[in-house]
Amino acid sequence: MLNNFVMPDLYPAAPEIFLLLMSFLVLFVDLAFGATQRWMAAMLTAVTLMGCAAITLAGVDGQTVLTFSGMFVDDLLSDFLKLLTYLAVIMMLIYSRRYLADRGLDKGEFYVLVLYATLGMMVMISAANLLTMYLGLELMSLSLYGLVAIDRDSPRATEAAMKYFVLGALASGLLLYGMSMIYGATGSLEIGGVAQALYHEQADKSVLVFGLAFLVAGVAFKLGLVPFHMWIPDVYHGAPTAVTMFIGSAPKLAAFAMALRLLVYALMGLAVEWQKMLLIMAVLSIGLGNLAAIAQTNIKRMLAYSAISHMGYMALGMMSGLVGGELDPFTAVNAYSSALYYTVAYVMMSLGAFGMVLLLSRAGYEAENLEDFKGLNQRSPWFAAMMLIIMFSMAGIPFFVGFFAKFAVLLAAIKAGYTTVAVIAVMFSLIGAFYYLRVVKLMYFDAPVDAAPIKAGLDLRVLLSLNGLAVAAFGLFPDALMTVCTTALIRSL
Amino acid sequence: MISLSHYLILAAILFAISVVGIFLNRKNLIVLLMAIELMLLAVNMNFVAFSHYLNDLSGQLFVFFILVVAAAESGIGLAILVVLFRNLSSIDVEDLDSLKG
Repeated sequence: MLNNFVMPDLYPAAPEIFLLLMSFLVLFVDLAFGATQRWMAAMLTAVTLMGCAAITLAGVDGQTVLTFSGMFVDDLLSDFLKLLTYLAVIMMLIYSRRYLADRGLDKGEFYVLVLYATLGMMVMISAANLLTMYLGLELMSLSLYGLVAIDRDSPRATEAAMKYFVLGALASGLLLYGMSMIYGATGSLEIGGVAQALYHEQADKSVLVFGLAFLVAGVAFKLGLVPFHMWIPDVYHGAPTAVTMFIGSAPKLAAFAMALRLLVYALMGLAVEWQKMLLIMAVLSIGLGNLAAIAQTNIKRMLAYSAISHMGYMALGMMSGLVGGELDPFTAVNAYSSALYYTVAYVMMSLGAFGMVLLLSRAGYEAENLEDFKGLNQRSPWFAAMMLIIMFSMAGIPFFVGFFAKFAVLLAAIKAGYTTVAVIAVMFSLIGAFYYLRVVKLMYFDAPVDAAPIKAGLDLRVLLSLNGLAVAAFGLFPDALMTVCTTALIRSL
Repeated sequence: MISLSHYLILAAILFAISVVGIFLNRKNLIVLLMAIELMLLAVNMNFVAFSHYLNDLSGQLFVFFILVVAAAESGIGLAILVVLFRNLSSIDVEDLDSLKG
């Protein structure tokens, strides 16, 4: 039997293998030099991610390659999402360098857990089998639970970690139960196999829809859609800001990939059913996210509710692919690329917003209340302007990247005939504009409560400026990013 | 004769017990961890039953991975529990109430 073993083609998984090997090196270096030279683990982590980016870039050829017996796929979409993931993680590391050092959290464990979480996301992005998807998801989630609790003397952080763990495990359980039903109905664990069984209508529909409900619940949990959003505000609030920034950025890309691969690639045959579920969750998320954010005084919590509403807008794009039960490739690609565009834009804005919180924080002081933004214009006009750009973009005010992202998903929803839903979404985004503009008002028209000079390092200042300018620049040239998103999707279908 | 649906119904009952256990349990976090384990085992039962019925080994293969991940998951869960107990001196679900809004 063992003679039949064929060595799989490792090349498509080269970035993952490289990251895994380098993570061992980071562990070793931390063991040997961690006590005296903490910068080495951080530096190696950054080098690892850049190496991954180089390997991924070298492998971009627009071909869809399956390896490991069809369990792992390397296509243009996975390359694109992985590159963005590396970028988001590197930005997070630069943003949080000083924050972590001030609090003694820049231990080797932090960097190793970040690397493993990134590996999990990469596996999720490249999953072509339900098993790979599950393993990637768990690798990411388990590392994130550990990261939330990394500040182990903080009661708030450990409480957030416990809540995240319990609800995350529940979500994985729901997802797995759905997967087992899909497996039972179609007889296949492969994304392509499931799609084929659905296409030939070999599967028992009632079992499939039953499984689908659990699967969608699991995916919604990871995206943070209402009514599966309970963990988001508590985890964002309780976790150290650097970890909040991490959870609020790269995992959204991976969750998007998971939603796309499970719902669109595998279960397109059930699109009529899951689009209805997404529709309800999208409207609820947009409504509840925007309304609850108004009541917040803590900016991390406010951004958490804003994340819920943003994921609701993203879901609007996801659910607009199939119109009237007919699959039109052009409409479908348009809808899914608008959702992808929204996710990318959101990750960019989210990094910037949490970057501002990190900019204002210093040793022994967390600038996490809205009050801390009072009079920022007097303390630093430049960074007040950056926050203004990010807040305007999140509110969807023209002409920033957030506006075009909202425009794209709303257009997709209207094309799919969901005009009423689009109108509701626009109304709630007007309500949502209130709490974004309140931050702007605090920065420009209120006297500073905390007049201490901003002590952030040069790296953070430069990166935050670039981040803010990118939000503005991608708003001025929205087509560039949109074209990349559409191409990545078309070449990977 | 025990048929596939018997196994599925048993798994569904176990799954339902674990979900109810997670949501109704207001006392002890350890019971919560037990409910999570039970949930994964219910899924395992499903996979094995389907795998046997479909005459396809990949379902049983999945179960091995779920078992391994479940072990890792309870490892992390208990670690967080220990840290939490150090900070709060309690493992009551009701005491997890400092974050709200």
